[in-house]
Amino acid sequence: MCRNTGPEDVYVKVLCCGICHTDVHQAKNDLGMSNYPMVPGHEVVGEVVEVGSEVTKFRVGECVGVGTIVGCCRNCRPCKSDIEQYCNKKIWSYNDVYTDGKPTQGGFADAMVVDQKFVVKIPEGMALEQAAPLLCAGVTVYSPLNHFGLKQSGLRGGILGLGGVGHMGVKIAKAMGHHVTVISSSDKKKVEAMEHLGADDYLVSSDSTGMQEAADSLDYIIDTVPVFHPLEPYLSLLKLDGKLILMGVINTPLQFVTPMVMLGRKTITGSFIGSIKETEEMLEFCKEKGLTSMIEVIKMDYINTAFERLEKNDVRYRFVVDVAGSKLDQ
Amino acid sequence: MEGRKVVAWAAKDTSGIPSPYSFTLRKTGPEDVVFKVLYCGMDHTDLHQMRNEIHSTNYPLVPGHEVVGEVVELGSEVKKFKIGDMVGVGCIVGSCGECLSCKSNIDQYCNNRIFTYNGIYKDGRPTQGGFSSAMVVHQRFAVRIPEKLAPEQAAPLLCPGVTAYSPLKQFNGCGHKVFKAGFLGLGGVGHLGVLIAKAMEHHVTVISTSEKKREEALEHLRADAFLVSSNVAEMEEAVNSLDYILDTVPAVHPLQSYLPLLRVDGKLLSVGVAPKPLQFDAVDMILGKKTITGSFIGSMEETQEILDFWAEKGLSSMIEVVKMDYVNKAFERMERNDVRYRFMVDVSGNNLE
Repeated sequence: MCRNTGPEDVYVKVLCCGICHTDVHQAKNDLGMSNYPMVPGHEVVGEVVEVGSEVTKFRVGECVGVGTIVGCCRNCRPCKSDIEQYCNKKIWSYNDVYTDGKPTQGGFADAMVVDQKFVVKIPEGMALEQAAPLLCAGVTVYSPLNHFGLKQSGLRGGILGLGGVGHMGVKIAKAMGHHVTVISSSDKKKVEAMEHLGADDYLVSSDSTGMQEAADSLDYIIDTVPVFHPLEPYLSLLKLDGKLILMGVINTPLQFVTPMVMLGRKTITGSFIGSIKETEEMLEFCKEKGLTSMIEVIKMDYINTAFERLEKNDVRYRFVVDVAGSKLDQ
Repeated sequence: MEGRKVVAWAAKDTSGIPSPYSFTLRKTGPEDVVFKVLYCGMDHTDLHQMRNEIHSTNYPLVPGHEVVGEVVELGSEVKKFKIGDMVGVGCIVGSCGECLSCKSNIDQYCNNRIFTYNGIYKDGRPTQGGFSSAMVVHQRFAVRIPEKLAPEQAAPLLCPGVTAYSPLKQFNGCGHKVFKAGFLGLGGVGHLGVLIAKAMEHHVTVISTSEKKREEALEHLRADAFLVSSNVAEMEEAVNSLDYILDTVPAVHPLQSYLPLLRVDGKLLSVGVAPKPLQFDAVDMILGKKTITGSFIGSMEETQEILDFWAEKGLSSMIEVVKMDYVNKAFERMERNDVRYRFMVDVSGNNLE
């Protein structure tokens, strides 16, 4: 049951919600921090039904989105610099505790109440189920490219891993005018990468000739691999000052040999979703470039199968639950 | 083509024990500078290379890549220097001149850089370092020693000094912001890093594995704080407090213990060569937007900058001057970390020739 709509709150009727790998991890308590009952879902698109008295940004009937975070302290350095996703006291959309002491619940529900700071407008004309994956996967890619000054055209980017975040990585990077190389552990995804997603090149990490030839060639690599993997093969693909940007939530320690970062002044860094400001920018960018995500729309009763298929990487590339079209009381 | 005859000390086999060795420098080219060596610093890398522990060593090997001397001869096209000038040479004496790194004046990142010793020069001859009565170097790779600076003070800046300065300079002069700096490791590079950061008015915390270096850190080097990594309570309190950490530790150490000390957007600057991989937690990097960046020595421009900075701020490094015949003993002490903080060989005081 949602809280009452406070003065700064927006009451959203959920229309659709994307499924992220993290939802699976949280639902199964893989991260060891799950509290049940849990309503996951943090790529939420819906319609404004009610606004609190102090809400000026949104009107009833508008289409809006909610992502991974629904609260922050507003006082710390990250909050004050518009990178509130790095606030130590941030509140997650689900499986967390809100300022009123109640557990937060996500988008696999008929409605959500969210503080207006954490709600974004969906640009006019953008298909709603298309917009959902952008609220997490999309901004997760956009944020580091923005933060590290990697938006200008002509850059050479690598995308490691071709799941929800990876496929958005290819699309966004191509839309920014980058030369995009998809790096994968096998050539199974070559056709999809090159033909469906428009990647310029495809590299199989076990192909030592190919990897050698590509040495020293990339300005950045977005590493979406969610499990332990060696970093050296990818560090060697980076040019001078190149950046390996980690996105995958991996529980085992990763490692690297120091000469590999020293001799090219290379960087290993991490990035976590994006700020609300970046989410808004990214949505406009995607609207302007006509970017669409590749999704499979399902009903709520398919969720368990969807989770299983997602774990086996059997989805191209994001499940989006048609929440409003599902019979939720079943 | 033969140039000047010199007398040097070279390692001749993997025992790595240097002994006298005479050879001839290349003939002085139009852009070359020949200088009489006055002082040369001793580096851990010298030891490793003499013992064939890093890249394969071509013996005889004359080590030494923190060299200061007096110009005695100039090639016809050298305008930068005059006879009698004090010059310095660091770790690199050549590069391809064509690649992006060379064109951006960061020759140290050129894939075909030529090291001061144990390299092969463009004329096919092996390069030999500063444990020698004289050296010849292309003018691009020589820096001027400011008049205010004593030569033995200048020498350590040419390798460990610029190694610390190059990654730290991004934190210099940023208005009123006082950066909170951490220093992991207090050897040759570390101690110079602390002095540089203090001169840049950063708040400096030295992080060490034991109490042993507390007094030197706080009293001799004027660090602001000292943190022992095994002191769990102190480490917890220091979480999320540092803008950067300069990591000079040349051994395996768990980055998972130090990365939490960084604030959001904090940077771990990695300049120490560890023999095995270092581990870190991806989640900490991601949730804290933290960065690990490597850095390798510095450019010629940065080398000149650190020399000028040092002279301007009136800094002095802590060195122990020794004669050439003490060198073997000095290397042994260096291995035991028994030096505060750099050995400096008084090469010209040996009457090598």
